[in-house]
Amino acid sequence: MASINIDNVQKAFGKVMAVDHLNLDIKDGEFFTFLGPSGCGKTTTLRMIAGFYYPTKGVVRFGKKDMTRVPPEKRNTGMVFQNYALFPHMTVFENVAFGLRVRKLGSKELKMRVEDVLQKVRLEQYADRQVSQLSGGQQQRVALARALVIEPEILLLDEPLSNLDAKLRDEMRSEILRLQKDYKITTIYVTHDQSEALSMSDRIAVFNFGVCHQVGTPSEIYNEPANDFVAGFIGEINLLPVKIEKIEREYIYVIVQNGESSSELAVRNAPFNYKEENKGDLALSIRPESINILDKETEGKNIFKGTIEEVQFFGSLINILVRTGGLQLQVNALNSGLSRNLEAGSEVWVELPDEQMRIIPVVNGDGS
Amino acid sequence: MIKNRDTRFTLLLLIPVLLVLIAYVLYPSLRTFMESLQKDGSMTFGNYSDFFTQESKTNLEALWNSVYISILSVLVSAFIGIPLAFIFNRYDFPGRGFFASAAIMPIVLPSLVGVMAFMFLYGETGLIPNAIKDLFGLDEVPFKIGGVSGILIVHAYTMYVYFYMTVSSAINKIDPSLEEAAYNLGANRFKVFWKITFPLLTPAIVAASLLVFMISMASFSAPFLLAGGYRVLSLQIYFSKINGDMEVAATQSVILSIVSISFLLFMRWYQNRKDYRMASKGIGAHRSEVNHPLLKWILVFTGVVGVIILLLPHFTILLLSLVPDGTWTWQTYPSVFNFENYRLLYQDPNIFKPLKNSLILSFIATAGNLIFGVLASYVLVKRKFVGKSFVDILVMIPWALPATVIGMNLIFAFNEPTIFSFGNILVGTFWILPLAYFIRHIPLVVRSTNAVLEQLDDSIEEASRSLGAKWFYTFRKVILPLILPGVLSGTLLAFVESVGEFPTSVLLYTISNRPISIEIMNQLRMFNMGQAAAYGMIQISLIALVLFISNKFFGVKAEKSLS
Repeated sequence: MASINIDNVQKAFGKVMAVDHLNLDIKDGEFFTFLGPSGCGKTTTLRMIAGFYYPTKGVVRFGKKDMTRVPPEKRNTGMVFQNYALFPHMTVFENVAFGLRVRKLGSKELKMRVEDVLQKVRLEQYADRQVSQLSGGQQQRVALARALVIEPEILLLDEPLSNLDAKLRDEMRSEILRLQKDYKITTIYVTHDQSEALSMSDRIAVFNFGVCHQVGTPSEIYNEPANDFVAGFIGEINLLPVKIEKIEREYIYVIVQNGESSSELAVRNAPFNYKEENKGDLALSIRPESINILDKETEGKNIFKGTIEEVQFFGSLINILVRTGGLQLQVNALNSGLSRNLEAGSEVWVELPDEQMRIIPVVNGDGS
Repeated sequence: MIKNRDTRFTLLLLIPVLLVLIAYVLYPSLRTFMESLQKDGSMTFGNYSDFFTQESKTNLEALWNSVYISILSVLVSAFIGIPLAFIFNRYDFPGRGFFASAAIMPIVLPSLVGVMAFMFLYGETGLIPNAIKDLFGLDEVPFKIGGVSGILIVHAYTMYVYFYMTVSSAINKIDPSLEEAAYNLGANRFKVFWKITFPLLTPAIVAASLLVFMISMASFSAPFLLAGGYRVLSLQIYFSKINGDMEVAATQSVILSIVSISFLLFMRWYQNRKDYRMASKGIGAHRSEVNHPLLKWILVFTGVVGVIILLLPHFTILLLSLVPDGTWTWQTYPSVFNFENYRLLYQDPNIFKPLKNSLILSFIATAGNLIFGVLASYVLVKRKFVGKSFVDILVMIPWALPATVIGMNLIFAFNEPTIFSFGNILVGTFWILPLAYFIRHIPLVVRSTNAVLEQLDDSIEEASRSLGAKWFYTFRKVILPLILPGVLSGTLLAFVESVGEFPTSVLLYTISNRPISIEIMNQLRMFNMGQAAAYGMIQISLIALVLFISNKFFGVKAEKSLS
């Protein structure tokens, strides 16, 4: 068990900067997720922790030990690969036993430990099978067992669920969490799937173009995105370019360009909603589920009249596209009450609650 | 000095590979080049200007003949191989599977043995022309092969297989839905073939054409036995060497090398170019069943006739090997058949010796190929370093160079003490032949190992290392067991090819270590057809056995690494 410290790490492949100025502190026993689109540097970072790449600059520490240039076989990390990388010429038992044989364990203890871990992943009756005879989910469990049996200090999971179908994925998600809690092992989980990241992690680091944009708990990442990339990558979002008009004690007034005309919005002045250090282009972000739909004109702040353009029915949720002036807003409503009777073309009023709006910097596009 | 331990390790693996390639591939070629610049004791390009301007035009004519025969060989082979590939992969009719596998039978015939079979079958005293003569009461044989037509027929027989195999595999890689999409958009059969299917096959056809061209440029056995007075460059080199015109032989070798290596480079460029082939998953063969009864039986009948023609050479060798020497002299057809030749092979130490020599020489060469091949292939496929394509080209050069040229290169390099031969003269010793066989088959073993290593995902090696295994442990316990089938099938193939190797043997053998192919030639000179055929049969059985073992136990189509 160990904490991980990534200290100002940089990794370049030729002229391409795969990871730039990365600083992360991963706590002992934490379930930590690297989230981002493909090519964002999350796997590169994982591989620097595993020792398959050495950083161009910077230091990687496990606990207090400098591991920057330690070869992978001396790191005692357990890794689960995206394609599992099971040894096709060995049985399930031999695959799991491999790491213990390298460590020259006595045959009695070896057998005991392999059987123990196979039981933990519920594969004890498959010990003598060839790995090619197993289903995807079972192969995944063998890969997990093989990584766990060596009692690694750190467990590294590289998109482990991406090759499984939806139902198995849910099952393996809880399985991985159960094992992680069981072994109390520091775990780094790489994924591009936001729902995996949100549901499993203690903390998440969001990557794009080699830069880490935000580190935080799932709730922080979702509710207080650091910028428009994080807001847009995780969940659905309405992003409106805004300019700040005036800042008062209770409210911040911003202008949204609204087609020909422009409208004024009042955002509650709280650190949650607006951070003073944010400079440059700003955007106003609000989650679709935070917008309220009203069927008649009501007194209050931030209420606009609009027309429904489209209604999509998802069962428990209903997605509604509302146009107000030149703006298009996505609204998600629960399948109850008023929203059941909405249809395209009808007139509605939308309310943007003042405490639900965030004013965040714009970084999207070139990744700068 | 070098900080990264991975880079240091790559270098450690690379150095022996590079050393072998420089010592036995690059250095001998350079020695030949140096030799070609020697004329009357001074350094000039005189030999080259002689080559192109000499009055008798012998050399120029030989170069032109080589090119001419090679182009014709490409055309004839394509004309046979491409339609066959289509018929066998696109249509289903009784016996299709059998015909399809019979179509690759020419490759179990070592070149010298194949040419010998053709002589017995279709030559002046051949069985077929004489049978026709007797059958119709003619005064003279109706036809006989020899000269250009003879060489061409042998080339067509042995080389159409390359077209057949490459085009077949390309046809099976075409996603049927592409053609279905074209039909769906309203194209007719003719249009679909010329606009969709054929363009998709072009890369395979070009690759096969280049391959056949190079193989015919290098062809030695066929011209050696059939050419008569017809001059080709590969044979001219041999004659120059026999006549002691070493500088001329060197010049001819360099010119033939330049042609071959330019073809190699062109082929690499062509195959590495980004092309439009798409990898679709899960393509099933789609064959249409031939339902028209007349057409179906015409196909079956043609297939049967084709198989008979294909197997006739094998059968002839088998038949002749059963004819004891001295029983077939003036008669048109042999009359006595028994196992005398095989008994002698087993009992007469003099007759057994060449076989034993060949097995020992090939074993040594192949053991070298195995070790070098695995090492070189691992470095080339799994390690990153600067200058990889240079090493890759060095590995492929022995494949591009005609065997005659490799033989000459070795003569020029090792008829004097060098550091690469540890201060010994190798020419005229036992060791020159294993070395020649080793060099000849470097590309074969490296390429068949590459094929399996490329399929091995890098993450397998990484998984092992992250579980704590050092490189060598990983290599022994994980990588080697996984690639062994592919490696062994390539190595076995190299072994049987070495047993049958003729062109380098004829340039380099000594009396005491003469291999089987030289003895076949000697027996033919003494008109001991039976004994020669018995040697041939042994080679055929060895090759067939190896292909069978590879298919059965290693699940590898070994014949594929031949092209």
